[in-house]
Amino acid sequence: MKRFLLPLVIFLVMVGFLFIGLNLDPREVPSPLVGKPAPQFSLPRLDNPEQVFSGKDMLGKVWLLNVWASWCGACKEEHPLLVSLAKTGFVPVVGMDYKDTRDEALQWLAQGGNPYMTTIMDVDGRIGINYGVYGVPETYVIDKKGIIAYKKTGPITMQSLREVIVPLVKKLQAE
Amino acid sequence: MIPEIGHFSLILALLVALALGTFPIIGAASGNAVWMGLARPLARTQFLLIAIAFACLAYAFASMDYSVAYVATNSNSKLPIQFRIAAVWGGHEGSLLLWAMILSIWTVAVSLFSKHLPDDMRARILGVMGLISVGFLLFMLMVSNPFERLIPAALDGRDLNPLLQDPGMIFHPPMLYMGYVGFSVAFAFAIAALLGGQLDAAWARWSRPWTTMAWVFLTLGIMGGSNWAYYELGWGGWWFWDAVENASFMPWLVGTALIHSLAVTEKRGSFKAWTVLLAICAFSLSLLGTFLVRSGVLTSVHAFATDPRRGLFILVFLVVVIGGSLALFAWRAPTVGRGGKFAVVSRESFLLANNVLLAVAAFSVLLGTLYPLFLDALGLGKISVGPPYFDTVFVPLMTPALFLMGIGPIARWKNSSLPELAMRLRWAFGVSVATALILPVLLGHWTPMIGLGLFLAFWIFATSANLIYQRLSITDQALHHRVKAIPRSWWGMVIAHLGIAVFALGVTIVKGFESEIAVRMLPGEVAHLAGYDFTFKGVEEIQGPNYTASRGQLLVTKNGAVRTTLSSEKRLYTVQNMPMTEAGISPAIIHDLYASLGEPLEDGAWSVRIYYKPMVEWIWFGCLMMGLGGLLALSDKRYRMRKRLAKEADLKLNEALV
Repeated sequence: MKRFLLPLVIFLVMVGFLFIGLNLDPREVPSPLVGKPAPQFSLPRLDNPEQVFSGKDMLGKVWLLNVWASWCGACKEEHPLLVSLAKTGFVPVVGMDYKDTRDEALQWLAQGGNPYMTTIMDVDGRIGINYGVYGVPETYVIDKKGIIAYKKTGPITMQSLREVIVPLVKKLQAE
Repeated sequence: MIPEIGHFSLILALLVALALGTFPIIGAASGNAVWMGLARPLARTQFLLIAIAFACLAYAFASMDYSVAYVATNSNSKLPIQFRIAAVWGGHEGSLLLWAMILSIWTVAVSLFSKHLPDDMRARILGVMGLISVGFLLFMLMVSNPFERLIPAALDGRDLNPLLQDPGMIFHPPMLYMGYVGFSVAFAFAIAALLGGQLDAAWARWSRPWTTMAWVFLTLGIMGGSNWAYYELGWGGWWFWDAVENASFMPWLVGTALIHSLAVTEKRGSFKAWTVLLAICAFSLSLLGTFLVRSGVLTSVHAFATDPRRGLFILVFLVVVIGGSLALFAWRAPTVGRGGKFAVVSRESFLLANNVLLAVAAFSVLLGTLYPLFLDALGLGKISVGPPYFDTVFVPLMTPALFLMGIGPIARWKNSSLPELAMRLRWAFGVSVATALILPVLLGHWTPMIGLGLFLAFWIFATSANLIYQRLSITDQALHHRVKAIPRSWWGMVIAHLGIAVFALGVTIVKGFESEIAVRMLPGEVAHLAGYDFTFKGVEEIQGPNYTASRGQLLVTKNGAVRTTLSSEKRLYTVQNMPMTEAGISPAIIHDLYASLGEPLEDGAWSVRIYYKPMVEWIWFGCLMMGLGGLLALSDKRYRMRKRLAKEADLKLNEALV
């Protein structure tokens, strides 16, 4: 009897590991950029490509940089949250439209609402490389001195907004 | 409307599957013939409903209905129609639907070709398959619904992953799934036998053809995937030990062991408990593969929106199915008995040894696949296990396995004599050792690995030749009579084994003698590799249906004579802005020439990689032979005879009733 139980025992041990594995987030890769100055950029604005917008314009303010794209399904998930966050005027959000076309991006904003103070276009994803963008969406919290304080890969949720991002922004604004 | 019909028939299919999973099994336990009789109509109804759902999803893709979220994320209006249809299984939700669809096909097949089975056995088998189906349908309806609407509808779709936009996508996944899911039949037979307590030779005889069929599909499916990776990924490799590949390879290894173990159980009544365990493991590994690929525990950082609820659901499902069946095994297997006795030197022993080697190999692949996860779970950091681990583990395991493969078919059942075997195989041994020593020197250089590979390949060639010669020289009839007199299943075995030898030969030669160069080329410049001259003809821009491409051409000459032209493309799929390389390959029996266009450099120069791959096609040709061997075994007279006997019995019955 005992030796016939062996396969079951091995299997149950494996299930234990798989269960722990399920709760680990393979996406929780620590970003080497946290605590470092946000990479500089100066990119054309989505609403008016003749004007450029640069990260330097935000010095002295705490702000969020949200990387999005009209082709990104997960962005649809977080978009309503961003819109309601923007309505409060609590923190300026700069959008970075990543590897996208202008027409589709404008259409997307017209449909879903525009939460962004301004949106810049990173058409070939070059600035995205500097930021180490894994995928879209990603959100960065950048402090008054232009240092990245936090990075979130994947859509922001009510929970992450309430528990991490808002308290962090409040703290940084008080500094 | 159409997507809602699909969604609705999935819900109905779930209800039917629930009925299929309960009534026939209870009926078999209590001897209720009416409840047992429900199994067949329910299996067919379930198939019909899932087929309707599948057709609805295919229609949504064909008609570009971007109000369906799954269609919007996996298709695009510029995507050619054949890929729009194949995109049905291009993502998570749809590939689950394909899984359920194929499971229902196998279920219907069992219901059609099981007239010779006792009623309770058939009811149990179909019931178990119904229970598996319940799990998958529930999973889809709860957390992975392919028919979910997207409101407002997307303007256009996000396009199918460009990596998947290849003819391989049309055939490879259905083939592979036919294999994976096909092991559910062997699994259901095993569970039914454990439930009913009838683990005998008859059980092994019934489940053998089903197992072989699934194995053939899996073999060909893996072959297709490997060939696809070879020409699509653009760096000339044919196997990467990637988690997804391993997920298909593990059931193959165990399935191969199962086929052999079933043969022993049928012929000699031995290995019964072991065979049941293998049947459970083969399907469990298919399920585990689904879990690994779908749950997000091993996905790369590039895969988004892996829903943690999905992972949890599959894990619970795994615990119920695998845990439940292993518990049933622990409870019922001790009563099975041991079957016929056999000596240390006998065909049974050789087959058992090979079985154990294959099972250990599967286990070590599992270990390598899960190892990064274990370390992460124990907080020891994130690492990845690559080819070095698998190569180190695989060679020592496969060497004795291939060696024994040469002896097994020659040894006698029950009791064989070692000196006699040694006498009979001394020439085969001599030939293969001589080849291993001399051939590499003639080809250029000798290394221990090349020697070992050639020895094993020629050992199988030589022992097979010996086997065929002995078998044909028993009587003195005309040769074609003698060939015909031998059962096809025997020829199937020989051809499948020769397929392994062809495969091993291909791997050894390509690993030992391949060469490659990476060069910067201006139009008109010439590169040299393996005696060939490659003249770069420059790059032209071309426009595909949903991509733009730069196509570079290389004129291949040898001693001034034109041999072929290789054209490789660097494509940019416009919707996802994703670059892809299409390799230019000139395949041949002796060697492949393989070119892939790299990056544009300054002054109109391009970086180009050229590979010389001797005998690489033999790898897939070997797999084809294995599949062919399986098909030949399936066409054996004994399977057809039973059908004819059943038909005659039916006829007699009809006459009696008139």
